[in-house]
Amino acid sequence: MHRTLADEKTPGLAASHGVAAMAPRPLAPRVATGDEHPATAPLSIHDMTVAYHRKPVLWDIDFDAPDGKLIGIIGPNGAGKSTLLKAVLDLIPKASGRVMVYGEPYRRRRRLVAYVPQRESVDWDFPVSALDVVAMGRYGVIGWCLPVSRKHKAAALAALDRVGMADYAKRQISQLSGGQQQRVFLARALVQDARLCLMDEPFAGVDAATEQAIVRLLQDLRQSGRTVLAVHHDLQTVPEYFDHVVLLNMRIVAQGPTAEVFTPENLHKTYGGRLTLLEQAAQAMARQGRGT
Amino acid sequence: MNWTSLDSWIVAAGVLCAGSCALLGNFLVLRRMSMMGDAISHAVLPGLAIAFLTTGSRGSVPMFVGAAVVGILTAVFTQWIHTLGKVEESASMGVVFTAMFAAGLILIVRAADAVDLDPGCVLYGAIELIPLDVRPVLGFMVPRAVLILGGMFAANLLFTLLFYKELRISAFDPALASTLGISARLMHYLLMTAVAITTVACFESVGSILVIAMLIVPASAAHLLTDRYGVMLILSVLIAVAGAILGHLAAITVPARFGFSDTSTSGMMAVTVGLLFALVMFLAPRHGVLSKLVHRWLLSLRIACEDVLGLLYRLEEADPVRQPAPVAGMLHSAVGWSPWMSRLALASLRRRRQVRRDPSGYRLTSHGRAVAAELVRAHRLWETYLAKHLPLAADHLHDSADRTEHFLSHPLREAIAADLPGVLRDPHGTNIPAGDAPRADLTSKSAVHGPDAEKG
Repeated sequence: MHRTLADEKTPGLAASHGVAAMAPRPLAPRVATGDEHPATAPLSIHDMTVAYHRKPVLWDIDFDAPDGKLIGIIGPNGAGKSTLLKAVLDLIPKASGRVMVYGEPYRRRRRLVAYVPQRESVDWDFPVSALDVVAMGRYGVIGWCLPVSRKHKAAALAALDRVGMADYAKRQISQLSGGQQQRVFLARALVQDARLCLMDEPFAGVDAATEQAIVRLLQDLRQSGRTVLAVHHDLQTVPEYFDHVVLLNMRIVAQGPTAEVFTPENLHKTYGGRLTLLEQAAQAMARQGRGT
Repeated sequence: MNWTSLDSWIVAAGVLCAGSCALLGNFLVLRRMSMMGDAISHAVLPGLAIAFLTTGSRGSVPMFVGAAVVGILTAVFTQWIHTLGKVEESASMGVVFTAMFAAGLILIVRAADAVDLDPGCVLYGAIELIPLDVRPVLGFMVPRAVLILGGMFAANLLFTLLFYKELRISAFDPALASTLGISARLMHYLLMTAVAITTVACFESVGSILVIAMLIVPASAAHLLTDRYGVMLILSVLIAVAGAILGHLAAITVPARFGFSDTSTSGMMAVTVGLLFALVMFLAPRHGVLSKLVHRWLLSLRIACEDVLGLLYRLEEADPVRQPAPVAGMLHSAVGWSPWMSRLALASLRRRRQVRRDPSGYRLTSHGRAVAAELVRAHRLWETYLAKHLPLAADHLHDSADRTEHFLSHPLREAIAADLPGVLRDPHGTNIPAGDAPRADLTSKSAVHGPDAEKG
């Protein structure tokens, strides 16, 4: 049986299952040293909690990404999937916890990480071409105040070509279809040449052809030893697309190889009935956290 | 009109101020925070007042420092109220800048008892007085304001060129910028500081209305004109400069024509740039009102032409041997277009040799018949498709098909045909015309055409 972190990490549940807490477990409860995290994991999250307006949205996240795998983050709406990525990237503050990328704090490993945000997060009427957007992936390498050289433009064009969008390089981005826009975002991640890629719903609102193209691209990335962590919505395609899954509903409900973890039982725990015990506990705590 | 060197200096000041504001305005407009220009340009007032009250001088340095500090504070307060109070961003801006502007007014009125800090001057400036306060530069007497504004324009130009890509990425995708190590927050506060300092540099000479206008209007107009970032920056400056020059020209000529003496130059510059915006909005090639009107009109003409073709085809179908060939008036009543539109459609169809006119009236040419057959095919396929998939009464089908037939591309039409294998008649029992021969690029789908091919 695969261990589900939720059982031992939820204070409310642990207390109510006092007997279970004393019973022998397949793995000892984690000690908060972080020593058990492999030093070279592409991404290692230790005991991370994230709150919006003092209302926690992610609890006690402990996660080590296996190297060179495609990892899907699955969970219902409001489970904190996007928040998880943003907190890892320091885009929103963490209430507590630590994030390591290949054994170093994220701050020192920015170059190794690419981020593909949700398509709706940007203004597509912005006056830039597809090539301009892809070239943005090189800005970190180029450095402050220096112009985008021909070399970097060529790299951007090559990345566009890899996603089958070379013909659209000069197009203003609002003239692209949803699928094409997503490909531009992927090309931007490619041009960063990162070892770890975090993607927020890369398959949302794209056509079937683009979905297949993205899947092939992800497999290419894995082939070359990259690790991809993607928020995903379509449960049907999970076993086909991902080697590894993280089932998330404000906490990590289960994580591991898809074949072991992606079970009806775990999905029920994650998506639950109308209101799972996890959510009820979280809501109760959120009410108190607001200082009522 | 009597143009003197005074006018040249006034225009120079206006142009430099307009250019400085327009450059920064691009980023406000692109970040959808145009109101921030409004907010900061008002909120700097207490900064000026406090700088004056503490140092006792109206020198540039204390003024700029005061403005920069208050500009950043405005941005910070707005952010705080927005996140902590969960107030909408534009509302929190409104709260911050009105409160700060009012506080600034109170301070200025107090200070004004001692010196000439005129609250009215804040609104509309004193651009006409610029040539009076001059400094020697390389043997020339240059107005102090032109020196300051020239420096400001140069500084903003440098800022924009230096941070060209940083400003772009943090406006387009702040999250990505941050993950690349380009702090979007730092760029935000740099921009706010630049806006605050520019505002102050321009205030004294042109007043807050022109500053706000030049921050927002040229950039908005430029955005309508182009889809390229660099071009937008250049265009915005050109529009602002044109507004300043034409504005001053208008200020010294237009009122005179109506028997008044000349009017507020900075007011006229703001009005002119507003008019330029209206012109751009109307005439812009792709986003402009006029081009949209033309586009819609051309679409109407195409639909009218297709309606005429469809009508002629159906008449011919009903009586293939010798139909009473219709005339324009009859077409008008049958097709439902206005007489001049159907006449225009007929003229256009004749020019394209799809319709010819013989003594008895209008008839399809063989080319026109082929085009019409495709159209009628689209119409009847759509009716059949709707009837197959939706629970619609037969009398509901025609109107939908009438609208849709004009927009079914060839591949879409054949995809629908493929969904209706072996169907030769529409729900009303009329024949569905056969599709044209499969095109080279559609050969793989030729099996789809099976029924039609047999029939043809």
